[in-house]
Amino acid sequence: MALLETIHLEHLPTTPIHISLYRNVKNAPFLQQQLLAGNTDFEYAFIDASVIVSRIHVLSAAYRAINALHSHRLRSRNVHSEIVFSLSPNNNIAESFRRFGITATTENLLVVKVGGGREEVKRHLEGAVEGEAVGGMLDVGKVRKVYKLNSGGGGGKKGLGNGVVNEEEERRELEVFVLGAMALRGASN
Amino acid sequence: MEIQAAPPAHQAPLSPSPHLLPPIFQSDTAPPQMITQGAEALLYRTTYLLPTLPCALKYRPSKPYRHPILDARLTKHRILSEARVLVKCRREGVPVPAVYAVDEREGWVMLEWVEGEVVRVKVNEWLRRRKELGVAEGVEEEVLKGLMGRIGRAIGRMHGGGGLCMGDLTTSNLMLRPKREDTVNGEGSRNAGDEVLGGEIVLIDFGLASQSSADEDRAVDLYVLERAFGSTHPRAEGLFSELLGAYGTSFKGANVVLKKLEEVRMRGRKRSMLG
Repeated sequence: MALLETIHLEHLPTTPIHISLYRNVKNAPFLQQQLLAGNTDFEYAFIDASVIVSRIHVLSAAYRAINALHSHRLRSRNVHSEIVFSLSPNNNIAESFRRFGITATTENLLVVKVGGGREEVKRHLEGAVEGEAVGGMLDVGKVRKVYKLNSGGGGGKKGLGNGVVNEEEERRELEVFVLGAMALRGASN
Repeated sequence: MEIQAAPPAHQAPLSPSPHLLPPIFQSDTAPPQMITQGAEALLYRTTYLLPTLPCALKYRPSKPYRHPILDARLTKHRILSEARVLVKCRREGVPVPAVYAVDEREGWVMLEWVEGEVVRVKVNEWLRRRKELGVAEGVEEEVLKGLMGRIGRAIGRMHGGGGLCMGDLTTSNLMLRPKREDTVNGEGSRNAGDEVLGGEIVLIDFGLASQSSADEDRAVDLYVLERAFGSTHPRAEGLFSELLGAYGTSFKGANVVLKKLEEVRMRGRKRSMLG
């Protein structure tokens, strides 16, 4: 596990985040238990990697959560659970954990840690997560389902203009829908 | 972005941020750069998440003359309604900037940065170049006609597909985003700078937009744009019929709107005579 990435988000220079991606995770039930038990050694956002479209997608969730933390507007237990909740297009916190968070059957895991020393985080994760690092593992069908992008009669995806919609552009459009749905969540009135 | 016309004389235009940005942006080493100022909102250019991803920051500062509770509610409502409209447009394939992040309490929204220029500037540039080259009016206007057609279809998609009305459709709220290949080898065209009018139409500034599929509202959108064309580019006004023609075939029910437009032309934009 040498593939821990540390990022300083724009406008949040004092809060580094550490990200790591795993495949074939063997001890998902254990990790989930640590979260449910509130074990303070496991202050991480454990995300099911198959519903993450891109780096921007997960960074967007982290950005929203950290912004909420700084302005004292967290709606879930801590900044890490808030990251998982931030991915959700609706206000149901429990449901957001089921859909975007780690479950007992999760094999592809994305770990996000806000703050903390890089080496420390790296060492702890090495011991904690049993799996191999990195790779792409997006399930577009699942993403479209959880963000309800297939519903709505004549709606859904249409090609923009007369441009040929290639795979890259399609991925980009998917990212845009998802970011929009996330940004608007939680707003009443 | 609301009003891109000259700001009132007593305000220095584009001065280094007279308003204090929300706390999250205050510690930036490269502070957001002010682009323009409207009646309600300020527009900045900054970055989202990564230094490589430019974005537009639209900030609605609180108004000291309003009661704080009312102020917060109005700001929240306006930020959210604009963001919702943009997300809906994007879903329906209407070319608009993407919504990156919203903070309705602080009063800001971050949007995709759209490259290019507003149509008003581009059309003026094209007309000026032609004049310099001595091309007579009414000759070789295919490029401008093409542009009008693209605008008509974009509006048609917003009205028909999105079920939305812009409320403030002017040539300053339409942008021309250069196609990627155009930016690489766009120069060196032989005639009258026709490449000036190339690119994809993007609708911007939905601050006054509303979810409406009433023919009246749609016709008013077209009427306002027609008037805007008439006053900013009188020489291009004659080609407005191109726009209407493209609009007319862009969705079912567009013809009814065009009928309504004639009615609106007769009486002006306000039907209710209220407000």
